[in-house]
Amino acid sequence: MTGEVASKPTRHLHRPLLAPSVGALFLWMAVPLAMTLWFSAEHYNLLRPGKTAFAGWENYRDLLTHRALWIAMGNTLFLVGLVLAITLIFGTLFSLLLNQDFPGRNVCRLLIIAPFFVMPTVSALIWKNMLMNPVFGLFAWITRSLGFGTIEFFSRMPMLSIVLIVGWEWTPFAVLILLPALHSLNPEQIEAARLDGGGPIALFRYIQLPHLLRPMAVVAMIEMIFFLSLFAEIYVATGGGPGLASTNLAYLIFRDALLGFDVGRASAGGVIAIILANIVCFFLMRVVGRNLEDLR
Amino acid sequence: MATVELRNVRKQFGTHEVIHGIDLLIQDREFIAFVGPSGCGKSTLLRMIAGLEQVTEGEVLIDGSPAQDVPPAKRGLAMVFQSYALYPHMTVAENMSFSLRLSGTPKAEREQKVRTVARILEMEPLLERRPSQLSGGQLQRVAIGRAMVRQPKAFLLDEPLSNLDAALQGQMRLELARLHRELNTTMIYVTHDQLEAMTMADRIVVLNQGNVEQLGSPLELYQHPATFFVAGFIGAPKMNFLDAEVKTVDAQHLTLMLTSGTSITVPAPLQKLNANEKIKLGIRAEHLALEPEGELRGEIEALEHLGPRAYLHTRLADGTRLVAQTDGDTQARPGDHVAFRARSEATHLFNSSGRALTRSDPQAEPC
Repeated sequence: MTGEVASKPTRHLHRPLLAPSVGALFLWMAVPLAMTLWFSAEHYNLLRPGKTAFAGWENYRDLLTHRALWIAMGNTLFLVGLVLAITLIFGTLFSLLLNQDFPGRNVCRLLIIAPFFVMPTVSALIWKNMLMNPVFGLFAWITRSLGFGTIEFFSRMPMLSIVLIVGWEWTPFAVLILLPALHSLNPEQIEAARLDGGGPIALFRYIQLPHLLRPMAVVAMIEMIFFLSLFAEIYVATGGGPGLASTNLAYLIFRDALLGFDVGRASAGGVIAIILANIVCFFLMRVVGRNLEDLR
Repeated sequence: MATVELRNVRKQFGTHEVIHGIDLLIQDREFIAFVGPSGCGKSTLLRMIAGLEQVTEGEVLIDGSPAQDVPPAKRGLAMVFQSYALYPHMTVAENMSFSLRLSGTPKAEREQKVRTVARILEMEPLLERRPSQLSGGQLQRVAIGRAMVRQPKAFLLDEPLSNLDAALQGQMRLELARLHRELNTTMIYVTHDQLEAMTMADRIVVLNQGNVEQLGSPLELYQHPATFFVAGFIGAPKMNFLDAEVKTVDAQHLTLMLTSGTSITVPAPLQKLNANEKIKLGIRAEHLALEPEGELRGEIEALEHLGPRAYLHTRLADGTRLVAQTDGDTQARPGDHVAFRARSEATHLFNSSGRALTRSDPQAEPC
């Protein structure tokens, strides 16, 4: 687009002027990628760092034939999909609520946004020790008071517990994006729809939701980047367990590299994670892209 | 087709009252315009009729039955918004049929109604497009079409032409007048542009600071403004106002002393005036004629040639500015010293509280 605006003499300057930053970005991305690819084809264990040897596809074969990878991949997709759904649904609901005029609205907005500013490790600790703890956690106290006994979150449903924590952390992010978007809707459009006979449900379905699709796509894209590589919450809350029940790809790579010292296998896992991210990204882009196309 | 009646309607935002008790009866099939400067309450009044704004006090009657508590969609009115407020993610056809879709009208009937309206507005080729692919004039047309599809009892139009360029405004004015004739429906039109009100409306309501200044046909308002405000608001160029003091007055003649020192004699009004009373003399540009012996002397500051006529912007000896209309082929030049004579029977007189002083015309009674 800038090309159309720029006059002829400046246009051929674009490339040389852009080159330094493009070059830096390229090195930033390409060097680690190349190193990962290289390590993934090596027998490289930190316990015997001097003894490296070419491994070919062996690291990959190891990983792909072992069920840990498939469990981790399933957990990763489960986490991304469910947290995306939770944050988008609750983010939209909270935004609709906070878009109303009521006394104390600004305080409520602040409180809703607050969880996003809590460090992932801290929020995982709070959830683990103060809320979900089966002995002295708040949830246990509530369910016990009601006579339902206790739910052992981290041993019975570790993945769902992680999803709850991450959903709590990231719903504010969706509100942060969706609330201003909702606010930017032309009020005359709402009034026109009211005159056309639209109740609150029809208003949401036909006017507000279509208006929110684009910012929702932005939320989904950004959140996906973070959820695919989620680590801190799992490390703090469950340590990937019990067994492999809450191990995602990022945590599996961490296990291989820093608990098992097998850099070769961890690198192979990294490459697989990159491929998975690209596949997910491709599908998301298609869904999002079609929505955006519709709006144009 | 409907009458709309307002009975002592008031509107407060918090403790601030913006509409101070308005009574108005809008006749069936009438094209009525609410006109006034921004902040005069004209849009608020329209929105109260539409039901988008609560009435603080008083009654709104549509077809004789109270409507204050009827939800907007049930009032049978359709509104065209200043920003058009089209739904951006729907096609033109979907925009137009949205109200029918919400009311559960079968698809075939919806399509048929949309097609009929599209034919009247000559926009059939646009039906499958989205608002973002349309020009300003086309958007305007779709907004009107969306209102028409509902076959409302009355149309409410809130500054519908203010986002269009001047040429398109002229075209849409004619089109709206034609639509009003063809649809034969009550239309309530809000505008800040007196020209739009003058050219389209059957009757005009001039609003100022939440009060009705005057209600009447365009010509009544132009020829017999009831107040100083209406006189200054209706008509372009603006009416000239000269400060004056009553010198002598009898049954037929009123002699005024202008601040420039010259005196001028005009037909006397019905109201009694005292000597030395301060009043304002209003003269429209077309009632000033260039005449060497005229009583208003000054220097031309600027000249506007409009083709068929020209406006002389003149500065009188005491600094008062005066606009006079003259022939398009006038030889006058800026810097010339000129004199005008006012057509004395066409002058307007306003007392110190801004009320017009009337001569014999019964129509000029202030409302």
